[in-house]
Amino acid sequence: MYVAVKGGERAIDNAHSWLAEERRGDTAIAELSVGQIREQLALAVNRVMAEGSLYDPDLAALAIKQARGDLIEAIFLIRAYRTTLPRIGHSRPLGTGAMACDRRISATFKDAPGGQVLGPTFDYTHRLLEFRLAADGAVPPTAEAEPQQGPVPHITGFLNRDGLIEEETASDEPPRDLTREPLEFPASRALRLQALARGDEGFVLSMAYSTQRGYGRNHPFVGELRVGQVAVEMDIPELGFAVEIGEITLTECETVNQFKGSKTEPPQFTRGYGLTLGHTERKAISMALVDRALRWKELGEDNVGAPAQDEEFVLSHADNIQATGFLEHIKLPHYVDFQSELELVRKLRAEAGQAGEART
Amino acid sequence: MGKIDTRQGWISLLAKAPAGALARRWAALGLSPGFTWLRAPEIGGVMVRGRMGATGAPFNLGEMTVTRCALRLEGGAVGHAYVQGRDKAKAEQAALLDALMQTDAAAEVREKVLEPLAAELEAAAATRAAKAAATKVAFFTMVRGED
Repeated sequence: MYVAVKGGERAIDNAHSWLAEERRGDTAIAELSVGQIREQLALAVNRVMAEGSLYDPDLAALAIKQARGDLIEAIFLIRAYRTTLPRIGHSRPLGTGAMACDRRISATFKDAPGGQVLGPTFDYTHRLLEFRLAADGAVPPTAEAEPQQGPVPHITGFLNRDGLIEEETASDEPPRDLTREPLEFPASRALRLQALARGDEGFVLSMAYSTQRGYGRNHPFVGELRVGQVAVEMDIPELGFAVEIGEITLTECETVNQFKGSKTEPPQFTRGYGLTLGHTERKAISMALVDRALRWKELGEDNVGAPAQDEEFVLSHADNIQATGFLEHIKLPHYVDFQSELELVRKLRAEAGQAGEART
Repeated sequence: MGKIDTRQGWISLLAKAPAGALARRWAALGLSPGFTWLRAPEIGGVMVRGRMGATGAPFNLGEMTVTRCALRLEGGAVGHAYVQGRDKAKAEQAALLDALMQTDAAAEVREKVLEPLAAELEAAAATRAAKAAATKVAFFTMVRGED
């Protein structure tokens, strides 16, 4: 049977113009500017940049406005835009040790060199609604103190000195890029980290939480969490040297995890790593826990069948744009598919009816 | 201001300078040299890489937007720009300044553009660092029990 598929154009046009009107809302209320979103909804902007996998606060703010605040829709817009950009090249690996830290805390060492710097955090707030914000936006001036001199050292560096924690193997091997080739399993740790860095915050959070609740438990401590600005350096062929092409805000989390040792390794701490674009610390901590859980094989640990240890499960379902694309497509017309299902069910019912009559 | 003494240093400074600040300094300089494009401003993406555990093997973290261009002044000096974001005017100004730094105008560009921009960036970074320092926890130990 042939089902007519034309005739929706006018309805679609009208739906889109109504969408634009609904997006604007009550015109008696001032319109939100992209700059206001960028400055005042900065953490939404950061999430869209991290999962859109494109650092550009203005574009992320525009996407949030266009998507009426639906962050996954905004991430979708950023991903679509990203594919239109010619790839100019790649940066040198970031030197997060030189980060200008807004925030830097360690849950393992109280007196870590560089100190516990809280930064602009929700931690220790009472989570009570501030009705003052609904009234006026005036804020008291922020306190300042004598800035610390020099870069803040990584906490894992101290443990490394005593051999108490596994060493990261230094390498300059160019990593594979899942935006350029399909993800295949088993995936390298580089590909896993790339997939997690752009993965859905809710999904990665839930996977991390599952390891804490016992599904592949690996006893993490947040060795260090830092948020701040890092210069991005890139080799410029026509110049013959590297220059800084900009500065981005990053969140980095290093976990320190229990490890009983193996045939070749003495008991020591192991590491999970999270690095995300923007100030996105829930995501960075989650990423570090899931990174560590996925390292079971290289560390010679048992696969206890926990979801967070299953890289195919984790990496195939972490991307919210892939997920929502497949999920939401089922609301689009499937008239022909359904027609054939309908025919099939009718035929089966007719056969079952005949068989029933034959028995009686 | 040691950082702006090299070409690497001033190109980096121009890339990191906020577009508004750069445009103001460029306007104040009052130069409008003739030039031809070697590469008209082009917006693209640069894949930013991190290192596993901050010190290990590299991985692809995500991209950033970058605008690049190259031009030649009538005198022959060639200027390049690679600047974060999608601002073609900023890239053009950065490339012109890079080229001018290779001409007799270098001292003036340094004095009127590079040095004030570097000072602005340093001041902004120092203010953030000072705010961060004010949130540093000062632990003290409570003495309890006898003696």
